[in-house]
Amino acid sequence: MIRMSDESKKHIISKYVIKKQKVSTRPVAERIKDFQEVSLGLNKEQAILEANRCLQCPKPKCIVSCPIGIDIPKFIRCIANENFEDAINKIREKNGLADVTGRVCPQEKLCQAACVLANKDVPITIGALERFAADVSIDKEIKALKSNGKKVAVIGSGPAGLTAAVDLAILGYEVTIYEAFHESGGVLTYGIPAFRLPKEVIGKAMRYVKYLGVKIEKNVIIGKSLTLYDLFELGYDCIFIGSGAGSPKFLHILGENLNGVYSANEFLTRCNLMRAYKFPEHSTPVYVGKQVAVIGGGNVAMDSARTALRLGANDVRIVYRRSEKEMPARIEEVKNTKDEGVKFMTLANPLKILGNNQAHVTGLECIRMELGEPDTSGRRRPVEVKGSNFTINVDMVIVAIGQKPNPIISRTTPELKVDKEGYIIVDDRGRTSFEKVWAAGDIVPGPETVIEAMSGAKNAVKDIHLYMKRREEKELVLNPVLAWKF
Amino acid sequence: MTPIIEKKELSLGIKSLTLLSPLISKKSKPGQFVVLRVSEKGERIPLTIADADSKKGTIKIVFQEVGKTTKELGKLAIGDHILDLVGPLGTPSDINLFGRVIVVAGGVGIAEAYPIAKALKKQGNKVVTILGARNKDLLTMTGEMRHVSDDLFITTDDGSVGRKGLVTDQLKELLEKGMNVDRIITIGPAIMMKAVSDITKRFRISTVASLNPIMIDATGMCGACRVSIGGETKFACVDGPEFDAHKVDFDQLLSRLDMYKNSEKISDHKCRLVND
Ligand SMILES: Cc1cc2nc3c(=O)[nH]c(=O)nc-3n(C[C@H](O)[C@H](O)[C@H](O)COP(=O)(O)OP(=O)(O)OC[C@H]3O[C@@H](n4cnc5c(N)ncnc54)[C@H](O)[C@@H]3O)c2cc1C
Ligand SMILES: Cc1cc2nc3c(=O)[nH]c(=O)nc-3n(C[C@H](O)[C@H](O)[C@H](O)COP(=O)(O)OP(=O)(O)OC[C@H]3O[C@@H](n4cnc5c(N)ncnc54)[C@H](O)[C@@H]3O)c2cc1C
Ligand code: FES
Repeated sequence: MIRMSDESKKHIISKYVIKKQKVSTRPVAERIKDFQEVSLGLNKEQAILEANRCLQCPKPKCIVSCPIGIDIPKFIRCIANENFEDAINKIREKNGLADVTGRVCPQEKLCQAACVLANKDVPITIGALERFAADVSIDKEIKALKSNGKKVAVIGSGPAGLTAAVDLAILGYEVTIYEAFHESGGVLTYGIPAFRLPKEVIGKAMRYVKYLGVKIEKNVIIGKSLTLYDLFELGYDCIFIGSGAGSPKFLHILGENLNGVYSANEFLTRCNLMRAYKFPEHSTPVYVGKQVAVIGGGNVAMDSARTALRLGANDVRIVYRRSEKEMPARIEEVKNTKDEGVKFMTLANPLKILGNNQAHVTGLECIRMELGEPDTSGRRRPVEVKGSNFTINVDMVIVAIGQKPNPIISRTTPELKVDKEGYIIVDDRGRTSFEKVWAAGDIVPGPETVIEAMSGAKNAVKDIHLYMKRREEKELVLNPVLAWKF
Repeated sequence: MTPIIEKKELSLGIKSLTLLSPLISKKSKPGQFVVLRVSEKGERIPLTIADADSKKGTIKIVFQEVGKTTKELGKLAIGDHILDLVGPLGTPSDINLFGRVIVVAGGVGIAEAYPIAKALKKQGNKVVTILGARNKDLLTMTGEMRHVSDDLFITTDDGSVGRKGLVTDQLKELLEKGMNVDRIITIGPAIMMKAVSDITKRFRISTVASLNPIMIDATGMCGACRVSIGGETKFACVDGPEFDAHKVDFDQLLSRLDMYKNSEKISDHKCRLVND
């Protein structure tokens, strides 16, 4: 056993004296009327106190449990010492999107779960500290990076594409992102609502990407406007695909095409990307019912329910076929959703959507479920309770049961192997079956969160760099003067 | 930003714009469309690529001013820019040697049908065209259509030009007279396509309709454009816009097109107030 000096004992005791700082949220009555951010984060005093609670473990488990290995104790120490600029720089060694991850990461399942203080139920609120460091960081231009003369095309500007672009740019590559939409950010822009991730935050993150010299070409659909083959012809040395899983899944039950039935993607895209919540100032309309059923139990379902509430729905219900314990949504968001008055109807599975003679939804027929044996995901499988059908009156249904990959790229690229659901198959280095093409994020099997998309992208960049250097070494005989920055 | 290099007023409330977009013009095939946004707060709307010239790097769009966005678009002049333009989208038309093909188009659908008729003609098909509009002033591109058709019929609701009546009257007559037809293509208002489909079903002639549901992203990411084809849900923006007309649930399409009627009125009203 290691013997502690009196000094360090005192140090630790004093740390235990500081109370865990609470992240405050705006009052429910106020926040459900607008789209401004719900969480207020930590203020400066709180952040410093919270940072001082960190025990600075010699073998920090938080770093290991962070999918991108942020040096959490170091950045926290910078905050404790009030060196905020150093804090964000420390984070940015691994993470160019701290503004975002500080807000949307499932920290309670990752770094905060691993924090030794979690045993005492008072883990450091690492996410809130990360957010604090990003929010107080100065939005400034960075000295242009030296190009290594190699060009990489990145497809998609979601967390995977942005992370790949940032890392590649820092390594000296000339990066161009191709984005299908008229705004960049992927799900951050069209999916996650402003009350969780304000537009200014995404704007600031996006400026950082541009400061690094990354070019973003919007309104270009790879597979339609340009193919992967065209990109190679344009002189790109390699390609990174981060096109996400944007195609909405439907239940394939009767009545799903009635008016008033939306996929969560459509509802959120109308609201977030097209700003339908500001209709008619913004031209895209959105229909919102009075009694709304949202089908699903993930972040997407929570976001849809809370958006509907803010747009004037009286009664919003989450309909989920498992129990609340199995819900994949972030715990904080489940709490916020409940606090705002959304009702949870768990262990209920929709069977049929009912409509009137104007082809508009009027009801949802469901059946009660009970939990059986665990399935492949380890969660207990819901099974129907025979004869327990019941109907609820609704005038809007939002289907939020998941997304799958959009086949546009794979359909036009036969070399690219995909699995039967359309996910691009990659090896552990992120390499696809098509030489010089890598992929990560929601487009490959597995990841479903921002941080996993980022982690996959970083892994791929590491291999791209290795691959490019190796190729360069072969060519060194011909071109011995080429110098790499790293 | 895409520059407008030519603008024409084709008929009452129907205008055409030629846009400089080398990327899209190079890839564009008959039956495909673009999505555009006119202003920062604007909607994304789909419009068919009515013509493309890959040498000049241009595409042409023809649109009818029916609501806020199409009216805003109509106000743009040569030298102005389209804020966002993306394409080409959708699955191209099936252009093959079928034999004799009847193209039935109504309203602004005539412009949408033009590139398809042109390609079918070039492929060696006999192309018979039936064009319809409410009246003479609303008829577009008859000259261009005549150029790519072996036979051309015009109908107007009021008889101001061509035959008085509907396109379906003309179609029925040709089919009843026993014209040998291998394929029918119909583009126009959903209600017209439904009527065409009902007739050709009786005559058992394979018919393709180009559907026009409301779209947002038009890349398969939202499902706004879903249509029922033979009882199966398809996304018109990626699986279509062309489908086997006899399998289309037109009533569902019609009701889905009406979903935002009230909002569209508000939006258009506000835009008129602002512009007046
Ligand atoms: C409503 C909602 C809430 C969520 N909440 C959370 C949360 O709280 N925490 C969390 O960790 N995760 C959350 N997620 C999941 C998370 O957002 C995703 O896992 C993550 O965004 C995946 O990143 P990505 O870069 O792989 O894909 P995306 O973010 O989907 O980005 C892909 C981008 O590629 C573009 N693209 C697609 N095809 C093409 C093409 N052919 N050519 C050019 N561009 C193309 C798309 O337009 C898009 O911009 C949420 C998801 C949704 C929908
Ligand atoms: C694949 C595709 C190709 C199209 N090509 C053309 C084209 O080449 N030229 C052209 O003029 N129009 C075309 N349309 C229709 C065009 O997109 C709509 O007219 C346009 O979106 C209307 O926008 P708005 O804001 O001006 O009118 P809004 O205010 O949105 O609507 C005004 C009126 O138009 C109707 N409307 C709205 N959306 C559509 C729609 N998608 N189809 C039919 N009616 C609609 C509304 O019900 C309403 O009555 C196409 C549609 C699709 C799906
Ligand atoms: S328009 Fe969104 S999926 Fe077709």
